[in-house]
Amino acid sequence: MAIAGAILSRLLKAAITLLAIAILNFFLIHAAPGDPATVLAGEAGAADPQMIADLKARFGLDQPFYVQLLQYVGNIMTLDLGYSFRQGQPVLDLILERLPATLILTLTAFWISLLAGVALGVAASARVGKFTDSLITGTALLFYATPLYWAALMAVLVFSVQLGWLPGFGYETVGSGYAGLTRIWDILLHLILPALTLGLFFMAVYMRMTRASMLEVGQQDFVKTARAKGLAPSIIRRRHILRNALLPVVTLAGLQAGQLVGGAVLTETVFAWPGIGRLMFESLAARDYNTILGVFLVSAAMVIVFNIITDLVYRLIDPRIGQKA
Amino acid sequence: MSVLKITDLSIALPQGADRAFAVQDCSYQIAAGEILCVVGESGSGKSMTANAVMGLLPEGVTVATGTAEFGGKDILTVSDAEQRALRGDRIAMIFQEPMTALNPLMRIGDQIAEVFEAHKRHTPAERRAKALDLIREVQLPDPEKIIRAYPFQLSGGQRQRAMIAMALALEPELLIADEPTTALDVTTQAQILKLILDLRDRRGMAVMFITHDFGVVAEIADRVIVMRYGEIVERGTATEVLEAPQHDYTKRLLAAIPSGLVAASSEVAKAPALEIRNLEKTYRVGGGLFRQPREVRAIDTVSLSIARGEVLGLVGESGSGKSTLGRAVVRLVTPDAGEVIVGGTDMAALTASDLRAARHKVQMVFQDPYASLNPRHRVMRALTDGPIAKGVAKDKARARARELMETVGLGADAVDRFPHEFSGGQRQRIGIARALAMDPELIIADEAVSALDVSIQAQVLDLLRDLRLRFDLSILFITHDLRVAAQLCDRIAVMQKGKLVEIGPVSEVFLNPQHSYTQTLLAAVPGGGWGQAAQ
Amino acid sequence: MTFWKRFISNRGALLGLGILIAVLLVALLAPLIYPRGPWAMVQRPFLVPFTTDGLPLGTDTLGRDVLAGLVYGARVSLLVGLVSTVMALLIGVPLGALAGFYGKWVDEGAMRFTEFFQTIPNFALAIVLVAILEPSLTSITIAIAIVSWPPVARLVRAEVMSVTRREYVDAARLAGLSNMHILIRQVLPNTVSPIIVMASLMVATAILLESSLSFLGLGDPNIMSWGFQIGAARTVIRSAWWLSFFPGAAIVLTVLALNLIGEGLNDALNPHLSRKGRS
Repeated sequence: MAIAGAILSRLLKAAITLLAIAILNFFLIHAAPGDPATVLAGEAGAADPQMIADLKARFGLDQPFYVQLLQYVGNIMTLDLGYSFRQGQPVLDLILERLPATLILTLTAFWISLLAGVALGVAASARVGKFTDSLITGTALLFYATPLYWAALMAVLVFSVQLGWLPGFGYETVGSGYAGLTRIWDILLHLILPALTLGLFFMAVYMRMTRASMLEVGQQDFVKTARAKGLAPSIIRRRHILRNALLPVVTLAGLQAGQLVGGAVLTETVFAWPGIGRLMFESLAARDYNTILGVFLVSAAMVIVFNIITDLVYRLIDPRIGQKA
Repeated sequence: MSVLKITDLSIALPQGADRAFAVQDCSYQIAAGEILCVVGESGSGKSMTANAVMGLLPEGVTVATGTAEFGGKDILTVSDAEQRALRGDRIAMIFQEPMTALNPLMRIGDQIAEVFEAHKRHTPAERRAKALDLIREVQLPDPEKIIRAYPFQLSGGQRQRAMIAMALALEPELLIADEPTTALDVTTQAQILKLILDLRDRRGMAVMFITHDFGVVAEIADRVIVMRYGEIVERGTATEVLEAPQHDYTKRLLAAIPSGLVAASSEVAKAPALEIRNLEKTYRVGGGLFRQPREVRAIDTVSLSIARGEVLGLVGESGSGKSTLGRAVVRLVTPDAGEVIVGGTDMAALTASDLRAARHKVQMVFQDPYASLNPRHRVMRALTDGPIAKGVAKDKARARARELMETVGLGADAVDRFPHEFSGGQRQRIGIARALAMDPELIIADEAVSALDVSIQAQVLDLLRDLRLRFDLSILFITHDLRVAAQLCDRIAVMQKGKLVEIGPVSEVFLNPQHSYTQTLLAAVPGGGWGQAAQ
Repeated sequence: MTFWKRFISNRGALLGLGILIAVLLVALLAPLIYPRGPWAMVQRPFLVPFTTDGLPLGTDTLGRDVLAGLVYGARVSLLVGLVSTVMALLIGVPLGALAGFYGKWVDEGAMRFTEFFQTIPNFALAIVLVAILEPSLTSITIAIAIVSWPPVARLVRAEVMSVTRREYVDAARLAGLSNMHILIRQVLPNTVSPIIVMASLMVATAILLESSLSFLGLGDPNIMSWGFQIGAARTVIRSAWWLSFFPGAAIVLTVLALNLIGEGLNDALNPHLSRKGRS
């Protein structure tokens, strides 16, 4: 009951957020220099007056402002994200075609960074002030300062160009005709470098948070209670400290989801990974605003879904949420 | 036959601490079935010995010399694993803060069963059954439900019972209780003390009970040790120490305790300084898009008045609404209905700008000496901000500030110092000076001495008593401590769950309480009988 | 110990400060070191580093001096980092302060607004903003400020809330001081330490964001920046690694320096919190 209510209220909130983003998009189109129709048509539109006229009619650009807004928002709510004249396809189709690749990339990167970050954070906190701690903290600080795209380029340079261990380009070997397990293996090999380089920064974030949180929880009274019971240190760390320390990490993971999706634009650009980030990059060069705004909207939606999931995970871990005292 | 024998124990503090040893050359024993109270003020080192025995000393703190003999072994020198095997099995410990001493993410039953698991006893099913028995033994209500509950669903007293259940799980020979009732309300405290006494009788275990409260000592101690600056200054049976203390420090501590002896209240028949009529305040907590908020009536139609020059004590347990009432009088909380009349003005009805102009009429002395002064402002500023905002000329306000610092016994030159240069008791004096600087018609003292050690508490109470006579102050003195209230107040008002249940002269309320809640409250005061007998 | 003594006793912070001062000097002196600017084609393209006198880091695809680009790039990074952080503070501090101080519907409204901006993937929003407003130094700075203020607002709100609950704020109310006076003179000064720490880390994040935007080709077309250098060299990574490597190293070094300074400030300003865990 409480959970159902929580999900319902989260979904309502999500819908409102998406609506707000749609409205934001509308204002952005109008904030752009030049005629909105030209903006929507992108580079392609400039050459064809007939198309501009069509667009004006379709978006009601000769109508009052609020009618335009309603029409635009209405279009988006019915999943009509417009047409990419550059690519000659509806934006939604373009995005749906590329979405799976982005999902694979971001989810893999997320899990790698979360698991590795938490593990390293726990390891560092267990040896506070010792060499292992300094090594882990120092490495995390370095990853924290490294631009995603540069890490990606350097990884390509070392592991693909110099050592030749891993492919540094694309989603699978083009024209190989692989199928079944071979194809999955091929994709996995292509996934390693992009997922790792996208995950590095976030791994550093989760590691720092976990370490700080472990140390803080370790000072709390109930840990002393656990020691007074005569429990072994390893059990205290796992059962009492870690579980409590994970709460802020889960919250942070939810907040960082947006960054992860944004970071995918850079990683996909470097690795020519055929996801929506790469689509956004290509649209930038082509000034295909319709597609850019569509990708923006969809990535925001991804973040919202992600946030709902972390919210539910948090409820599973913490009994205090959603129950009466 | 002693269960624990501590000989010449010294515990070293890390470098840079305010003294070299937390505990120096301590020797004492506890026999089976005996309750030994270790008494001292904060910083006396009273908890350190217990932590050493448990092997739970804070980082950097080490045993320098001495032995602690338990079960034929010096448990200070055994291996970590051996020490761990003792903890929770033959020696158990409970702590001060029941709110934070339980893992918030684990069910109560699991946390109790974990003790068996730590010492590899029983099967999981047996552990659960045993946990249930323990929950029954500590008299928690609805055991089947409690075993599945999370800590946040229990009250403070219930959590402390759960802690005790854990401590009892493996029938320890020694129970160490570190201020286990300090964070609890007085009626809950009485129940927990009774439970500990019962369990001692039934199980015959030895109890080391650490406390700062001589009332608690009178209630449960067989023998007493008094500590100061890490040394034992007095020891003896409870009667010896309480009735005929030898050491000066013990005498002073005992003298500092509000006696509970009731003075005849002075006649007050002047015009009222404060008149509260039908005051109401309801809070709505929780609630959201799909949930109904819960209503808490913090002040439920309360009416009372304070005469000019009178001190009215407002007592009650946590959640009784006494603090909300105090804050409603100064309008830090805006009441829902009713009137608060101070010197002819209804504070509850003023608009924001009129209120600011009228603020000076009622001032407040706060509870926490560490949070009641802005750490970035010198004392001078704390004492002059208000008068200057009220329109007093700068030099006059400054001169007055110096004068007031003299009055509260800190010296005029102290105005140029920052709050962190003062001790807790001194800060409370500054807080009083700040209130006086506004020449208020009424002062609200909200638990103004509760955060202080007894000896400091006595000094601040003396100051208040003195000021009251000199300036003919009217005071609403809010406290949870009946002894303190009895010492300073002319009349007492008792609140329970937002309602005013009893009000009358001190002697009437204390000696002849009418309302059943007042009777319970008085009966729960630890060492109540002893306090009066001592006089 | 004073704040400054604690700060300089932290070796990492001192190292960071040293690097930052060096980068700052280079940025300030750029026109003196390379009067011809970063765009001048000085030699034939693709000169390998450490092979030609006067061009220690070689030349790029168009024969421009890589080191000159680096030196000028420092100006953009620091400028955008500082200005966008100041702008983000100007949005986040007042909003968070009002929300935390007044609570109730003010808080509700302000936090819903903040939450909305935090839900939007911030790098994607920055891309959209710069793309639509046309790439320029101004639009980049504004876009970074717009995506960076929400954490400031949340931090300030939390700090202001906790300080507002202290009793000295009640005492100030009872002294008859006005709300604005209390907020500005009593509350905000006690929230400054964490804001300073956050600001120093935000400059670092802003530099990363700026370089990422420039890398995607959204930089100001008239200004040389580290991100642009890497973006332009992306396609020739196989033949000319140095074109990407050196600007990237410059970014890492500068951002690392700022992070070290931020941690040092944190330790020096909150000595109680950080003592544990460091020895």
